[in-house]
Amino acid sequence: MAQERTELNRNLAQMLKGGVIMDVTNTQQAKIAEEAGAVAVMALERVPADIRKQGGVARMSDPKMIREIQNAVSIPVMAKARIGHIVEAQILQALDIDYIDESEVLTPADDRYHIDKKAFRVPFVCGARNLGEALRRIAEGASMIRTKGEAGTGNVVEAVRHMRTMNEEIRRLQGMHREELAAFAKEIAAPLDLVEQTAELGRLPVVNFAAGGIATPADAALMMQLGCDGVFVGSGIFKSEDPARRARAIVKAAAFFDDAQVLAQVSEGLGEAMSGIELSQIPPQQRMAERGW
Amino acid sequence: MADKKIGVLALQGSVREHLDCLARTEGAEGFPVRTREELARAEALILPGGESTTLRTLLRTFDLEEPIRRRILEGMPVWGTCAGMILLAKEVDGAAAPLGVMDVSVRRNAYGRQSESFSTTQIVPEVSPDPLTLTFIRAPQAQRVWGDGRILCQTNGRITAVRQGHMLATAFHPELTDSTAFHRYFLSFLP
Repeated sequence: MAQERTELNRNLAQMLKGGVIMDVTNTQQAKIAEEAGAVAVMALERVPADIRKQGGVARMSDPKMIREIQNAVSIPVMAKARIGHIVEAQILQALDIDYIDESEVLTPADDRYHIDKKAFRVPFVCGARNLGEALRRIAEGASMIRTKGEAGTGNVVEAVRHMRTMNEEIRRLQGMHREELAAFAKEIAAPLDLVEQTAELGRLPVVNFAAGGIATPADAALMMQLGCDGVFVGSGIFKSEDPARRARAIVKAAAFFDDAQVLAQVSEGLGEAMSGIELSQIPPQQRMAERGW
Repeated sequence: MADKKIGVLALQGSVREHLDCLARTEGAEGFPVRTREELARAEALILPGGESTTLRTLLRTFDLEEPIRRRILEGMPVWGTCAGMILLAKEVDGAAAPLGVMDVSVRRNAYGRQSESFSTTQIVPEVSPDPLTLTFIRAPQAQRVWGDGRILCQTNGRITAVRQGHMLATAFHPELTDSTAFHRYFLSFLP
């Protein structure tokens, strides 16, 4: 039963492949996202750029707002729980959410442990900066992975770094003998069976999306060309000048990520992108990607 | 005999899964279809699982809706899984639907949210004598079949697969399983 549930939850992520998941803070934005062709929406009260600006403790969103969004659209609805906050996750499960994001964008509730995701029926997506982190989350029960990137910056460099790191590690794995795999598993602190599975597949055993800093159709296509299965766009859409237009453009860019003609066309006249932040301007203690282990 | 060229609509969704299944199916050569030129090369077309609203938007934006519809009406075999079933139906949630070629009315997300997704094992006599795993992910239901549509499979009293001549629609995802029985069955639609 548990095994079957894991499989079904991984399967839903497979159906999202090639798509764009958008952060929305109200029903109106959710409808714009759905009409633009989003494969799912992430319901949250403040997009990462505002969380970053306003500071304070960022928590799970108001269930009322989540319900309203669930009623407004027919595509899957995701919502965020704090790292390690078992009860926020239980509440989201009670709301019958389609996917829980155990997210570093919110303030962590537990500085040592992530949620035991196998104890839940609903699926989880988790952020990762490298292969070890991704496989630890999968071992805990995550059925989808995304890069952490650096949320709310409109700067794609961290997402690129995280995806490149995972790709490099997977390529290294593929050239290894079995005994080397065991040593590598120890080195990256990941379970051996998942390391072996990854080596055999040549990719993660679950769907892997890009997230954190994606602001333009070209950013989305870049992450797809690096091998991501799809993209999350957080602040990038509703912090831009013309959200509906940018949302449609990013959806098209994800589908035609390797066709420069289409990319040129959809990138035209989108208005101002969100204003971005150079990473060196963010002190280490304010970097969201450093949260979790 | 040359392998049959089976296109998989590659805008979004379970494209890789269908291509992997086709690679394991004797007599089939699968390839992704995103443009009218690629569509022209296809002898048959698979519409994969994914988000039907997304697929619908992309089909329209990239001017594929009419060309695909025309090819189907000219007799090109087509198979839609889950979201693909929604694209093929004439009626979706009481309204007119995207390609609108099959005599079927479909209700989207008929089972509810992800917590209601399930899989089951069943024999579908026309497809294979062996029990097959049927996986339903936020699946639609065919509510009514009329005209030339024929019910191929029912699961727990619900219509879950329909065939209409050269057209096939399944509410479940054979591409998520190890079996290629449905892909072989679809291949038999070709002359």
